[in-house]
Amino acid sequence: MRLRRPGARAAGSEVATGNEVADPARGIELRGVGHRYGERVVLEGIDLTLTEQRVGVIGANGSGKSTFARLLNGLVVPTEGRVLVDGLDTGTQVRAVRRRVGFVFQDPDAQIVHPTVAEDVAYGLENQGVPADERTVRVAEVLARYGLAGHADHPAHLLSGGQKQLLAIAGVLVMRPARIVFDEPTTLLDLVNARRIAELIAGVDQQVVVVTHQLDLLDGFDRVLVVDGGRVVCDDVPPAAVAAYRALMADR
Amino acid sequence: MTLALYVPRSSVVHRLPAGLKLLVLAALAVVLFALPTLTAAGVALAGVLAVGLLVARLPVAVLARQARAVRWWLLALLVVHALTTDWRTGTHVALRLLTLVLAAAVVTATTRVNAMVAVVERLCAPLRLVGVRPARVGLAITMALRFIPVLVERADRIREAQAARGGSPRGVRALRTTIAPLLVQVLQMAHDVSEALDARGADDVPPPRRRRSPTPEAS
Repeated sequence: MRLRRPGARAAGSEVATGNEVADPARGIELRGVGHRYGERVVLEGIDLTLTEQRVGVIGANGSGKSTFARLLNGLVVPTEGRVLVDGLDTGTQVRAVRRRVGFVFQDPDAQIVHPTVAEDVAYGLENQGVPADERTVRVAEVLARYGLAGHADHPAHLLSGGQKQLLAIAGVLVMRPARIVFDEPTTLLDLVNARRIAELIAGVDQQVVVVTHQLDLLDGFDRVLVVDGGRVVCDDVPPAAVAAYRALMADR
Repeated sequence: MTLALYVPRSSVVHRLPAGLKLLVLAALAVVLFALPTLTAAGVALAGVLAVGLLVARLPVAVLARQARAVRWWLLALLVVHALTTDWRTGTHVALRLLTLVLAAAVVTATTRVNAMVAVVERLCAPLRLVGVRPARVGLAITMALRFIPVLVERADRIREAQAARGGSPRGVRALRTTIAPLLVQVLQMAHDVSEALDARGADDVPPPRRRRSPTPEAS
């Protein structure tokens, strides 16, 4: 973890000027991407350009899809190749990339860092240096939109699992990223809450990349990648990709 | 759980600056010890209750919970002092502690965590000279508060899982078998949280080192 405030930057590190040359039309590009942890190869040979609004990523446990998701906002910098978001390199322009790509984790408990709901939603805005007045307005707006307005002052740990995931998502959406990566957002949820999150995902304006085991979450998606053994083995529309995934799993 | 005690109300007490409330709390502690009479302690207790219940309009349960948490301490103080000196001294000492605990509860219940943390950050400001970042100290405190209930929950879950497999939920052995898995979970969670902080812009800075371990749950 690197916690630094603007103005307290290490010498020689990236300086985000706020006017990096970002080209939204380019989407997310992976160029010859591979990643290994020590000797273990997690991903290899990935060349893709993701410009579709709704992209799904499926694959078995240990297939490398969580690492794939983490490549897209620079949480993991590939050991081979480059990942570009709107033309910005996740290795050298990570700060600008993170502003463009929000990330929702599987376990909201790991993602909620403040004791109360409203404070937590405001956290990302504080990091972005958004003035207090505007913060208050934007936090209230997001809480109202996702049915958490009545919980603004509540302790986050008293929320239900579904509400915690909503809070985690609200904390990302309030930052208005251009794209959002969801890493198994419904795995810990019951059917009702999973449906709610699915509807929420379907409704956001941003480009969305969803890593999931819940195949019906991908209905209406534009493109689905099947990851297996660190490679993208199928890249198609949902019905075809899901069928390929089922066939792949049936063989084991 | 003595956490997340903030009780939202629109009272004068709630609106007072957090720094002032903490200062008054400190002053009260000094005064209670400087005026060691039963009457002073009684008046102070009445005052704290009046401010907490009438002015700040806190539910009785909020203060009662705090008093309950220290009831055995109070009883022990009372008995020990009664045996070594007299009942009057015992009552006085117990009353003084109760007053301070309740006063602290009133401050906690009427002050948001971030206001409290802001005071700490202001107090830490001079430490900037030796390279401490007050904002980081503040975040650390906030996160410690936030994660205590999470850890308690994880520990409960581990104990439950062991009880379900016939383990004893109490005793030194249970403590030992709880601590190791809890530690593993805490380290894993610390890693997850640091990723989440990065993703939410906490770093605001340099390119990350290439990540080697711990490996993410590639599920």
